[in-house]
Amino acid sequence: MMELRVKDLRKSYGGVPVLENVTFTAKPGVTCVMAPSGAGKTTLLRILLGLERADGGGITGGEGCRWAAVFQEDRLLEHLDAMGNLRFVLGPELDEGAALDMLAALGLGDVGAKPVREFSGGMKRRLALARALLAPSDALALDEPFTGLDEENRSRAMACVRRAGLEKPVLLVTHDESDAAELHARIVGLK
Amino acid sequence: MKTARNSIRPWAVAVWLLTWQGASMALAAAYPHGALLLASPISALLRLGELVGTAAFWRAVGGSALRIFGGFLLSCLLAVMLAALAARFRRLRELLAPLVAAVKAVPVVSFIILALVWLDSADLPLFISALMVFPTVYLNVLAGIAAADRKLLEMARVFRVPLRRQLRGIWLPQVLPYFRAACSLGLGLCWKAGVAAEVIGLSAGTIGERLYTAKVYFQTPDLFAWTAVIVAVSVAFEKAFLGLVDFAVRKTGG
Repeated sequence: MMELRVKDLRKSYGGVPVLENVTFTAKPGVTCVMAPSGAGKTTLLRILLGLERADGGGITGGEGCRWAAVFQEDRLLEHLDAMGNLRFVLGPELDEGAALDMLAALGLGDVGAKPVREFSGGMKRRLALARALLAPSDALALDEPFTGLDEENRSRAMACVRRAGLEKPVLLVTHDESDAAELHARIVGLK
Repeated sequence: MKTARNSIRPWAVAVWLLTWQGASMALAAAYPHGALLLASPISALLRLGELVGTAAFWRAVGGSALRIFGGFLLSCLLAVMLAALAARFRRLRELLAPLVAAVKAVPVVSFIILALVWLDSADLPLFISALMVFPTVYLNVLAGIAAADRKLLEMARVFRVPLRRQLRGIWLPQVLPYFRAACSLGLGLCWKAGVAAEVIGLSAGTIGERLYTAKVYFQTPDLFAWTAVIVAVSVAFEKAFLGLVDFAVRKTGG
């Protein structure tokens, strides 16, 4: 089972420190990264995803780790439909049956061939989550994946995230303490 | 407030055609060979009708289309490849910038005369039309690549989406509208420059050669008839090519 060890991670922009000596271990299960806005939560995920370089410290245990992510923005291909977006990421690995099951589990069972540009904000968020959950990965990085979801869809999305946490480390960025409580997550606080 | 549209109305076209016919008739009445100075639209149309029935007409149209459209296609290919490389390699972009600026700024006739020194007159239209189209396509495609959504590219990188799928899903929908705009501009441009090169270079078996002959022998109805042919062929190629690009844009969702 994969175990990510983050030790003394530091990052600053223009001399202003954003992350200071962040240390934690992410095991299979949900780990919530909690902090107020602007405390470097997204920066931490970007470093883990290899999109930014840390100024210091290190990450071990994640060598060759294949990530799947929900970004701060949905980052969907607006001209494609839900299945087209999943196919873009999964390619020939897409199992249409599993994809339809996942879409249904997230309350997107009836979206059909409608292009994503016609989706509501909450539908886009759930599709971004479906993409991350279906993509083959060793770990998940989810940046506020429940933003804009109503209570019913939030519960559905949480159930899917909880299931994913049974197999792999799930790092979930949130500033909502109830997310961590409902997911029975470990909490990593950032100053 | 309504935006003033510069659309072409049939009544306005009719007014100008009548003015042209009137001017031609007035010149014919005023001077012994006045009709030679300005052929009437009717005589140009009649001459066009005669020309269309000859094999030489179609040979000239084919000869010009092959060279000019060939130059356009070659230029597009080169411009897209170089724009893709220039977007990736800053030094190449810097290296090409003065060249592109020079091609944009230098009058086409200078290039035609210079190229005549190096090239056979048969190859001149191809070279000139390619040269004239290159900066437009290159700069537009470069702008399209620069405007690609970086966040989508990051997403593709995290999910390890292969380049081929990235090209189809992200790059093509982004770049094709820019490419289309460049082609729309470039197609008109390459016909104008290409025929100018044919006239100056006297390329055998082309529309330009027929235009030159019309000028030498004062065959003004031929001059107008061939000019109408150039406009018609240019518009036909533009519609056909842009139709293909539009189809590609729709397929990729750009």
